[in-house]
Amino acid sequence: MKPLLIALWAITAREALRFAQQRSRFISALVRPLIWLVVFAAGFRAALGLSIIPPYQTYITYETYIVPGLCGMILLFNGMQSSLSLVYDREMGSMRLLLTSPLPRWWLLLCKILAGTVVSVLQCYAFLGIAAAMGITIPPMGYVYALPALVLGGVMLGALGVALSSLIRQLENFAGVMNFVIFPMFFMSSALYPLWRMAESSALLRDICAVNPFTHTVELIRFALYGQFNGMALLWTMLATMGFMVLALWGYDPGRGLLRRKG
Amino acid sequence: MTGQDVAGLEVSGLGFSYGARRALNDVSFAVTQGAFCALLGPNGAGKSTLFALMTRLFTTSEGQVTVMGHDMARAPRQALARIGVVFQQPTLDLDLSVRRNLRYFAALHGLAGREAEHRIDTALERMDMAERADEIARDLNGGHRRRTEIARALVHRPAVLLLDEPTVGLDAEARRAITAHVHGLCAEDGLTALWATHLTDEVWPDDRLVILHRGEVRADGIAREIIGDQSLTDRFLDLTGAST
Repeated sequence: MKPLLIALWAITAREALRFAQQRSRFISALVRPLIWLVVFAAGFRAALGLSIIPPYQTYITYETYIVPGLCGMILLFNGMQSSLSLVYDREMGSMRLLLTSPLPRWWLLLCKILAGTVVSVLQCYAFLGIAAAMGITIPPMGYVYALPALVLGGVMLGALGVALSSLIRQLENFAGVMNFVIFPMFFMSSALYPLWRMAESSALLRDICAVNPFTHTVELIRFALYGQFNGMALLWTMLATMGFMVLALWGYDPGRGLLRRKG
Repeated sequence: MTGQDVAGLEVSGLGFSYGARRALNDVSFAVTQGAFCALLGPNGAGKSTLFALMTRLFTTSEGQVTVMGHDMARAPRQALARIGVVFQQPTLDLDLSVRRNLRYFAALHGLAGREAEHRIDTALERMDMAERADEIARDLNGGHRRRTEIARALVHRPAVLLLDEPTVGLDAEARRAITAHVHGLCAEDGLTALWATHLTDEVWPDDRLVILHRGEVRADGIAREIIGDQSLTDRFLDLTGAST
């Protein structure tokens, strides 16, 4: 057991250190949701009326509504960022160091995912802190309840990132991930608008949103922030986490020959 | 399964294809414990593919790799624990110090604390790198970066050291020094080394020599016996050059 924990600690420390060294990455990871919160929400507030839906008990402002979705956005972008760094590591060779370790490969990949999650969750709290400073507050205990939800969401999206990284052969193909994964996942979810709003324009779109695991991650975080438990969201998020994990492990199976030279 | 009669590294009947392109075909050789074996082949001979199979970066259904008696397919973790690898591409974290690079690697092998520090010190001393332990990898020259990588590959005390063209990009002096260092590891510490190269001057007359060309073993024996009265370069070109 001890060797596994030593590796987990080292991989997490390395990820955190690398993150601390790239201050611009931290700032851009914070600025992105803040722009949404300040600019986008201001424009949308007028256009979008919100009724009282669970977990909210009163009318809320649009800014308050999108805070959990923007936490999800941080987790999503970070998960994809770590997959980008995996592709980079693979091209640069440092991934080989990890994969030739005698520790079980599933554990090494899990360590990578957990390390990325630690960084993501720290960013979420930095964002929640700034939001609170702007007057968008949540019940104090909500910040505590949100922690497991954020961690699970981070693991789910990190696993998705690892799975995707095994499919991306070259760094240049990463733009495709932006177009075909990040944007649809984010926009076809309850992050920016409640599902009943979506249903007004298209029932089909609403159904797509309802099966999108990212929707459930956002709802899990939203309910947790208000001290409530959403069993359905938890179930979906856990199922998706397991699914993405299996995909990630399959992606890095040595029998697939992922690290083959090109050509 | 241990003891002197077990080969340090044994490859038998290994084959591999990239789609339709055959990269390795029925490659077999065994390196006795404590021997320095040069794997000589021109670019594209299949050396890197062979390394990837020996380090389980990918696997094949054709043939077998065994490290100190451990089958890479059936007991990958035991086999991987006994090998140290120096990859052709540099894999140091350039922003970290030499010591922190080695510490990270030690942790990937489940080593930490005083035991890890002790092993790191020993490995760095072995490669004459002890006084550079706290330098940032980026500030080291090419030769010292390579030595750091070899020291790193020794931290978990492997029995077999695999080096994939470890002298690429180094000047003549650094190449000579590193070649001598690894010969020393075999002679003095009983380490088994497989040294892939396309440079004939890195092969010493008493070395074990395997010549690989187009994915097949073309010669296998003691270097001076394979060479006969030719120079190694001429012999190598005889075996490989005519058809390239």
